[in-house]
Amino acid sequence: MKRNDIIRIVGLSGYALFLVLSLALGFDPGKEIGRNFLSFSLAMLKILPGAFILIGLFEVWVKRETIEKHFGEKSGIRGYVWAILLSSTTVGGIYVAFPIAYSLYCKGARLGVIFTYLGAAAICRVPMTIFEASFLGIKFSAIRLLVSIPLVVGTSMLLGSYLAKRNYKLAAGR
Amino acid sequence: MYLYIIAGLAILASLLANRERTRSALKIAAKRFLHIFPAFLTMIILVSIILFLLPDEVISDYLGGDNIFIGVILASFLGSITFMPGFIAFPLSGILLQRGVAYMVLAAFTTTLMMVGVLTAPIEKAYFGMKVTILRNVISFFIALIVAVMIGLFFGEIF
Repeated sequence: MKRNDIIRIVGLSGYALFLVLSLALGFDPGKEIGRNFLSFSLAMLKILPGAFILIGLFEVWVKRETIEKHFGEKSGIRGYVWAILLSSTTVGGIYVAFPIAYSLYCKGARLGVIFTYLGAAAICRVPMTIFEASFLGIKFSAIRLLVSIPLVVGTSMLLGSYLAKRNYKLAAGR
Repeated sequence: MYLYIIAGLAILASLLANRERTRSALKIAAKRFLHIFPAFLTMIILVSIILFLLPDEVISDYLGGDNIFIGVILASFLGSITFMPGFIAFPLSGILLQRGVAYMVLAAFTTTLMMVGVLTAPIEKAYFGMKVTILRNVISFFIALIVAVMIGLFFGEIF
């Protein structure tokens, strides 16, 4: 067993023990943390199975050539545009975007494009932006998008080419 | 909800096209999910503790200070280390705005909240490694600061 696994198991059992003891002894902060844990787990369970089913179907049905053509080395600027459009439809939060970005990478998307996808999934999701505009105003959302999107694309290109030069490869089989 | 309508229709279409491939798609889905599950569990545990230590009221208190620049710095750190879905973060920002908190501070808070993820780092690390996780989050932090400054400029809150 690796050292990290041991740390994880000790941490998990400590956390579980803390919750059980808090419940048994009526320790309020512990009960509060337990409630947070439950409500957040439920929120995750509402999204993750659906997202992973779509990822599975993507892996099986979408051809590697298609992804290479639209998101790969030869896609040019179009790859970035596609990444932003795709990201705007992402549900949940950036935690859903990580496995999707990983699948895109495994099918041949270039690094700059997947970092653009990740960044854009954080800031360009359509339902979230509508929500933002209704509470903070359209001007606020417009400035935020116009400033952040070029910065995300630019830094993703730089990060991608820096890592490509260093021969960075993602671990397989995640 | 519409996620499951799409996923359901996609499975149906896939089944009609090829039963065997659909089976292997679902197998891949389950395998990937189980593989990343420990990282998600770690994140949920971290979130449950941070939400207890920094509830909405505490965050509101921190953001409502007098000095706008200290507000921006505090907001960007709070946004980086907390976790809040948009349907809570934006109504909260709307309330803070009415209480007189600057747009610039709210921009720093919501943008770091969306882009910088200390709590989602366990998942990011599992897929992309430690180095990339740190690089991407540091870059995102600075992008959020630039966004905040530009919002401040356009709303006439600085100069």
